[in-house]
Amino acid sequence: MAEHKKALPPAVTLNPWRRLRAYTDARIGLGRAGVSLPTSELLAFQLAHAQARDAVHLALDMTTLCEQIEQISGQAPLRLHSQAVDRVTYLQRPDLGRRLDEDSRSRLHAPEASASSPVDLAIVVADGLSSFAVQNNTGPFLAALFSQLDASEEVWSLAPITVVEQARVAVGDEIGDLVNARAVLVLIGERPGLSSPDSLGLYLTWAPQIGRTDAERNCISNIRPAGLDVGEASRRAVYLLQEARRMEISGVSLKDRSETPVLACETGPGNFLTG
Amino acid sequence: MGKAYRYTLGQRVYRFGGLAELMARATPARSGDRLAGVMARSAEERVVAQMALAEVPLKAFLNEALIPYETDEITRLILDDHQLSPFEPIAHLTVGDFRNWLLSDDATPEVLTDLRPGLTPEMVAAVSKLMRNQDLILVAKKCRVHTAFRSSIGQPGRLSTRLQPNHPTDDVTGIAASILDGLLYGNGDAVIGINPATDNVSQSIRLLNLVNDVIREYAIPTQSCVLTHVTNTLEAIEQGAPVDLVFQSVGGTEATNRSFGVNLSLLNEAQDAALALNRGTVGDNVMYFETGQGSALSAGAHHGLDQQTCEARAYAVARKFEPLLVNTVVGFIGPEYLFDGKEIIRAGLEDHFCGKLLGLPMGCDICYTNHAEADQNDMDNLLTLLGVAGCNFIMGIPGSDDIMLNYQTTSFHDALYVRQVLGLRPAPEFERWLVDMQIIQSGTGSLMEGLPERFVTALKRLPSDGTGVGHG
Repeated sequence: MAEHKKALPPAVTLNPWRRLRAYTDARIGLGRAGVSLPTSELLAFQLAHAQARDAVHLALDMTTLCEQIEQISGQAPLRLHSQAVDRVTYLQRPDLGRRLDEDSRSRLHAPEASASSPVDLAIVVADGLSSFAVQNNTGPFLAALFSQLDASEEVWSLAPITVVEQARVAVGDEIGDLVNARAVLVLIGERPGLSSPDSLGLYLTWAPQIGRTDAERNCISNIRPAGLDVGEASRRAVYLLQEARRMEISGVSLKDRSETPVLACETGPGNFLTG
Repeated sequence: MGKAYRYTLGQRVYRFGGLAELMARATPARSGDRLAGVMARSAEERVVAQMALAEVPLKAFLNEALIPYETDEITRLILDDHQLSPFEPIAHLTVGDFRNWLLSDDATPEVLTDLRPGLTPEMVAAVSKLMRNQDLILVAKKCRVHTAFRSSIGQPGRLSTRLQPNHPTDDVTGIAASILDGLLYGNGDAVIGINPATDNVSQSIRLLNLVNDVIREYAIPTQSCVLTHVTNTLEAIEQGAPVDLVFQSVGGTEATNRSFGVNLSLLNEAQDAALALNRGTVGDNVMYFETGQGSALSAGAHHGLDQQTCEARAYAVARKFEPLLVNTVVGFIGPEYLFDGKEIIRAGLEDHFCGKLLGLPMGCDICYTNHAEADQNDMDNLLTLLGVAGCNFIMGIPGSDDIMLNYQTTSFHDALYVRQVLGLRPAPEFERWLVDMQIIQSGTGSLMEGLPERFVTALKRLPSDGTGVGHG
């Protein structure tokens, strides 16, 4: 029987440039079945998507995070909550994620939280769309930031650090205003990608108050071990903070001219396409 | 606020407080309009609003501005640039008649081209609300919009892609690897366009040089773009960087654009600066715009309009500057604005239709985020539908996974799928290049096996173990 059937040739065309994956996490050199994805790559993608979907709904472990922040900053952070009562509400109502609930507002009105004279900076930690990112990267980033701030010649007075659940970037505007801060720096979990469920973003806003637009913020993105490392991120953050204070502005008119030593970030041989 | 609109259904009289409210209530359901509180409150109210909207004369859109003329420069742009003479042939129609006419054989590609200066975004948005998905596809297919820079985009039977080689740290080797992967899969004829992870002038210049070097080395008939803020691109031009296309996100209200840090005058300045470089070979469309439903509401700048009408108004901004590419980034904004695959698919078809009818070179970033109720099957559906509708270009990214922006869009493979099932081909100049480089076969257009000689040479520049750090 078997001799009637000849084995078919392999239907998958492999890509000889697949070894370039040593230089990027991008899904290159996948090969093809016809022009389509080979089965193994199709299923690898489906698994990554399933894991990212699960990550969106993972809750922040507040106790552990707050202990970590206290160890680094020497002061227990204030625990706050947005007006979005749960994850499903948060996903569909960005307006609620931008505002504090009543209880949180009253805690910020307390004498130990709000200063009568302005402070230089309020640091706000928000779960955003990836509690995983906040859980893993907040401690290392804050440690790097504080050491950079200590090393700089400028003095920065800080409001108590706040940690906000079910929060969006703009929640920092309300907090910064309530604690009388000249600038607010929001650390927030970015939307999880397939290959990067742990990406932390930073948003700097000068003169925070409700109603600030995104054009009035500066952003540093992709802070995670496999992305922008915390040392470089904190260096840029301090640069932006100093420039914002000097020019009394943030956003599109405050350009990041930190002249990143980009070559230092390079991990590979460079543009091999042009030699 | 303009006059109220009334519609009687049986015993019940429905009242709509003005044209903006009527249009919002007539819009197919989506989460962003629910969030804005402008959506129909029942399924019946939605259809009644559509019935009332069908009776509104097209002329009404010239008399009732949805956002006041005095306070919004986009309204002024729309009304000041409207031309009565091309509008004359349809001036007697209602919105409902307009749908019938668009579907009829009278509305040929040539007639639709002549009509463009007579159409306002609001007329186009209104008629789209009465149309089923197949109507949006059929009429869009009749709209021909060709643009060119170093490649010609939007010719019948062609589907181009933006090669999007993003990398989370803008690593040159990583970006070059993704560019190579895309080219070898026949992608990149619309643009090689990078979203920089670090958004500053020096980084933009570095990336512009990288892509420019590759395009020159292999004489690729395509163009580069770094998707940074227009003011950064202007600075890059001043510093002598090789800028092909100026990128900017735009919205349909003055306040939305203010939230993006732009206005019409700034865009005009940028277009002039790019034109002065005179870098195109087969055309001089130098602008690349991105849009997307929900951006106005996200910026608190929607003035009570529904998000699809705001989106159509963004096309008035785009068409002022004769862009090479307009890309509706349909599923990027998240489930607050387009909740699931059904809403994303509908929005993608609406945007493509509205843009095309207004004369824009529409492409679509067929995409979703991990917090939306959507998956690859929804993207396959929209990709196929837009391929049928004659979409000018889509995104091409390795394995659908943008490792910098953290969302999923169409892959290099997806582009080849849709080209194969619909018999579509790349831009003509780029197709010839693919044949010359022995990436595809002449005639069939099928991918060749093996690695073309020029790229064997390129790979030899890498350490043989593939991991070592060499010199640049």
